[in-house]
Amino acid sequence: MKEIMASKITQAVAKMCKQANYQLPNDIKDCLYDAYEQEQYPIAKKTLGILKENLELAYSTQRPICQDTGMACVFVEIGQDVHVIGNLSDAINDGVRQGYQEGYLRKSIVRDPVLDRVNTNDNTPANIHYDIVAGDKLKITVAPKGFGSENMSRIKMMKPSDGIEGVKDFVLETVREAGPNPCPPVVIGVGIGGSFDTVGLLAKKAMLKNAHEHHPDKRYCAIEKELLERVNELGIGPAGFGGHTTALALHIQTAPTHIAGMPVAVAICCHVARKMEVEL
Amino acid sequence: MIELTTPFTKEKARMLKAGDQVLLSGVIYTGRDAAHKRLVDALEHNLPLPFDPMDAIIYFVGPAPAAPGEIIGSCGPTTSYRMDAYSPKLLSVGLRGMIGKGKRNDEVVEAMKEYDGVYFGAIGGAGALMAHCVKEVEVIAYEDLGTEAIRRLVVKDMPLTVVIDSKGRDLYKIGKEKYLHYAHED
Repeated sequence: MKEIMASKITQAVAKMCKQANYQLPNDIKDCLYDAYEQEQYPIAKKTLGILKENLELAYSTQRPICQDTGMACVFVEIGQDVHVIGNLSDAINDGVRQGYQEGYLRKSIVRDPVLDRVNTNDNTPANIHYDIVAGDKLKITVAPKGFGSENMSRIKMMKPSDGIEGVKDFVLETVREAGPNPCPPVVIGVGIGGSFDTVGLLAKKAMLKNAHEHHPDKRYCAIEKELLERVNELGIGPAGFGGHTTALALHIQTAPTHIAGMPVAVAICCHVARKMEVEL
Repeated sequence: MIELTTPFTKEKARMLKAGDQVLLSGVIYTGRDAAHKRLVDALEHNLPLPFDPMDAIIYFVGPAPAAPGEIIGSCGPTTSYRMDAYSPKLLSVGLRGMIGKGKRNDEVVEAMKEYDGVYFGAIGGAGALMAHCVKEVEVIAYEDLGTEAIRRLVVKDMPLTVVIDSKGRDLYKIGKEKYLHYAHED
């Protein structure tokens, strides 16, 4: 049994909230810089150049890359041999509160979705997902998520007979419909399987995968590559002004499902695809 | 690059066409979801607006807080379609320009054609850069809304692209078609 103090978790979360908003993870940064090198279309190249310049300025001045510093999405993998001294969820929320305050990050959470849209003024509560795993490690990923792109994500309960072509059509239709709204170039996560409630999470996890990694099943890996190519043939381009670079990365995550169903979710993230993780 | 200053008159608006690149200087007002709702509520109750909408420009933005030594935090555009329900009403009382990102609906485009409005795109996700164009900031209304309060900004050389012009031409459609034409010629 390993013991971890709640205060240590708070500290780690606060630090990650700030850092994640000031600098992109290396994989996404690499994708954006490669896209700039490869983009041929003048207005698209110019726009990608501005995004690069913005990233460099945010990093050098330690300021948020984007004013939408997101909903604090926190993914926790907790080893079953870990004991947290204190309250884990409270520790995470305290970290978010502290990080968003100290880091001059925007507070974007309202306490009720419809009837009482009043800002909580500290960006809590965080959106926390827990997975219990083997071992004595605690892994925390902080992924601040902007809602310009979140609003363009979709879920569809498809039929088994729709097959893989149905999935591909749904992905392409979702990105085409989103057009300029989610701040392209985007990062796309596709979840397939599970149930209505889990498929969105699958898509989110796919979206957060390292851009250089691919699905272990070669068949899905080929579909990831095909879909990314086809998305980049839509012509939307950076900022939606036209161009090749509509998406930087696309991942698929799958799960077993029911004989009657084939749930599909498409999670879209803007080019400010933030994530930072720590293992305690 | 076209240098544009406020007030943004009808004459200036009519000169611009979709795809034009502009450097905007002068006074603009911030406003997003909650502020728009209040502005339109005020108009519906015949109450005065916190700023004169005639020939004004609204920037759809909720800035990040200013760090010490700064006047504003990162301040790139938010997605504009959420303001579609309110923009025609504001255009009808003289609002001339809107700055945001993303598509607008047919009602907004029709109102822009009727009242000579222009919709500018700022580059989404370039918030740190945009902050450098802001020279003065003052909260003028709805302070309780925090980041969504209405701010009067003085901007200098703010880089914008005309996305939808007063004739209803749309860069998102034209730009995509032009690129696809270019890609298929290769």
